[in-house]
Amino acid sequence: MLNIKAGSTSHSAYNLRSVYSDVEERHTLAVIVENEPGVLARVIGLFSGRGYNIESLTVAEIDHTGHMSRITLVTSGTPQVIEQIKAQLGRIVPVHEVHDLTVEGATVERELALFKVRGEGEHRVEALRLADIFRANVVDSTLESFVFEITGTPEKIDAFADLMRPLGLIELARTGVAALSRGPDSRV
Amino acid sequence: MTGQTEQTGGQMTGAKMVVQALRDQGVDTVFGYPGGAVLPIYDELFQQNDIRHVLVRHEQGAIHAAEGYARSTGKPGVAIVTSGPGATNAVTGLTDALLDSIPIVVLSGQVPTFMIGSDAFQEADTVGITRPCTKHNWLVKETDRLGSTLHEAFHVATQGRPGPVLVDIPKDVQFATGSYGGKETRSTRYAPPVKGDAAAIEALARAMETARRPIFYTGGGVINSGPEASKLLRDLVEATGFPITSTLMGLGAYPASGEQWLGMLGMHGLYEANMAMHGCDLMICIGARFDDRITGRIDAFSPNSTRAHIDIDPSSLNKVIRTDIPIIGDVAEVLKELLGAWSARGRKTDREGLAQWQAQINEWRAKDCLAFRNSDKVIKPQYALQRLEALTKDRDRYITTEVGQHQMWAAQYLGFEAPNRWMTSGGLGTMGYGFPASVGVQMAHPDSLVINVAGEASWLMNMQEMGTAVQYRLPVKQFILNNERLGMVRQWQELLHGERYSQSWSEALPDFVKLAEAFGAKGIICKDPADLDDAIMEMLDHDGPVIFDCLVEKHENCFPMIPSGKAHNEMLMGEVSTAHAIEAGGAVLV
Repeated sequence: MLNIKAGSTSHSAYNLRSVYSDVEERHTLAVIVENEPGVLARVIGLFSGRGYNIESLTVAEIDHTGHMSRITLVTSGTPQVIEQIKAQLGRIVPVHEVHDLTVEGATVERELALFKVRGEGEHRVEALRLADIFRANVVDSTLESFVFEITGTPEKIDAFADLMRPLGLIELARTGVAALSRGPDSRV
Repeated sequence: MTGQTEQTGGQMTGAKMVVQALRDQGVDTVFGYPGGAVLPIYDELFQQNDIRHVLVRHEQGAIHAAEGYARSTGKPGVAIVTSGPGATNAVTGLTDALLDSIPIVVLSGQVPTFMIGSDAFQEADTVGITRPCTKHNWLVKETDRLGSTLHEAFHVATQGRPGPVLVDIPKDVQFATGSYGGKETRSTRYAPPVKGDAAAIEALARAMETARRPIFYTGGGVINSGPEASKLLRDLVEATGFPITSTLMGLGAYPASGEQWLGMLGMHGLYEANMAMHGCDLMICIGARFDDRITGRIDAFSPNSTRAHIDIDPSSLNKVIRTDIPIIGDVAEVLKELLGAWSARGRKTDREGLAQWQAQINEWRAKDCLAFRNSDKVIKPQYALQRLEALTKDRDRYITTEVGQHQMWAAQYLGFEAPNRWMTSGGLGTMGYGFPASVGVQMAHPDSLVINVAGEASWLMNMQEMGTAVQYRLPVKQFILNNERLGMVRQWQELLHGERYSQSWSEALPDFVKLAEAFGAKGIICKDPADLDDAIMEMLDHDGPVIFDCLVEKHENCFPMIPSGKAHNEMLMGEVSTAHAIEAGGAVLV
């Protein structure tokens, strides 16, 4: 059965903002879908067709024998819009579960990114030093370039990009957010 | 059914499987149009007698006919179209069925799997094109999966909030042999909840006890839920004495002759219905979705009411209007529980409050908002419908409509006593819907009187279906209110665009009597109010399709009207000045 958690705000004793507030919220949703052709197009089509925001979207199969995929979606909107998004996602036939990780409890969110930084001399040394501070790995190097691999929250990756830009950042690839709830239990 | 499917299971071609699956679903009629990519299916249809195939003249007609069949029977309608243009012609009908929640199953042919993606002849990305206009769709690439997919398609179309589905079947899948396991092979996962939350139902029962100005606001969801829902609704209205109004989609769920009936609400709804919505203190919305044609200006919508909303689709709740008591579930299930809960608490209502409310409603009713100035020189469209109502209301009658002024007048002046008797394009507003829909209704009810109330412009959009009506001897009556105008467009141009009638009239209309005769049908023309009754009787007495060309007043406007951007209590009535009634802010709305 479809499992939609009610109310982005109604289930927390600490968040007393009205469901009808005009304030935009950022929510991370985990959408468990049947891994069948077109399912991603259905989800994306819903967002473009109804004018909702997608800030980040990642998808991969999580259960090969069960043909299940997990879509992690970061979206923003007023509480009413967020509720609509969840209800509309839940209506898609191959969608099994919709979880609003933002209201269901504490979560960990991680993103992986690859940075190509090109430079010589002092810039090159500085890039390497900063990469070390950010715990980024060097996964490719030439005499004039590095490719760094970095994992972290989107904010950490943003910060690293800001630092690399003046040091010769020429190409950047990000995976988008993957998220799980904290603690020993699975809600999905 | 299981016994039958066991007998009929086993190895067979995909095309045979299609016919067998339709048979196992109890399908007796399909609407369609053959073409290259569905030839194997048509070959199988040729070699059997259980399923009748109705050859339409355009695929849009097939989908609307299937919708008419579905809405008048409560069973899913089925259509078959070929690949490419066959499928793209189905798109309007699919969207229409999606917006009105009509269960239909469309089977489309596709180029062979090994040619998909090569821009082959009559290839289109049908599942891509129809993804946003179906509830769900499938491209079947293996014959072994065809049977289970077809049964899943019927399941999805009819369960939860009904809607259109499409199964795209490549030609090689139709030719190849695969195994068929009958109805039980479908995946059983899709199962929307139908039972409402008991606490919310209890809360509504409690609110009903103390409400002083309650109103039931019902919609197509009551009809979709089935005859039991209409029966329970009637029981609940009788037991509580609460007044009831309905959307365009919900007409007939509560009888128009019922004591508590307020008439339709909304943009062209009745004064008493809209005023009661505006003034109520408890609104019980059942199977309706607060469409913009219903609410008018959102921030002025029913300002002082507690709202309960019963709907099977969670996304309908709180979409446009804040709901205080949301109840997700099937209308019949929830109404049964609600009646039970309210009865268990002693069937209490605030009688004194209700009496005052009724007195207020009677005052509004006394305004007689549907009154119009009749004429003995020219037929007023309202008069034509009053006469049609008087001469047909006691018959076993089904009404379809096209879209526009005539549709609103039909909703205002015709009375519906039972559900599934009124087929109209509500959500999408599809001109050209009514005629093919009447074909579908007549196929399902061969001995009943089926009338399509039409405007001449809408009717011309799918007039090719005259061929279908004549071929299958379907005695559908095409009652055309001919004002030689796109009446609703003309009305908006008058009220909103300085009486500049841009492209809203036809200068070269056909002679409808000759047109009928050219198709081998009967044509009747009537322009004198004095001849109207006799002409309608002539139409009714003719055993065969009739085009009735009713020449009506060309500049009549449809009232009452809530102009775009206005609230329920800001209705325009027929006799008042309507100049500048719609302000600039309202003009951008549709």
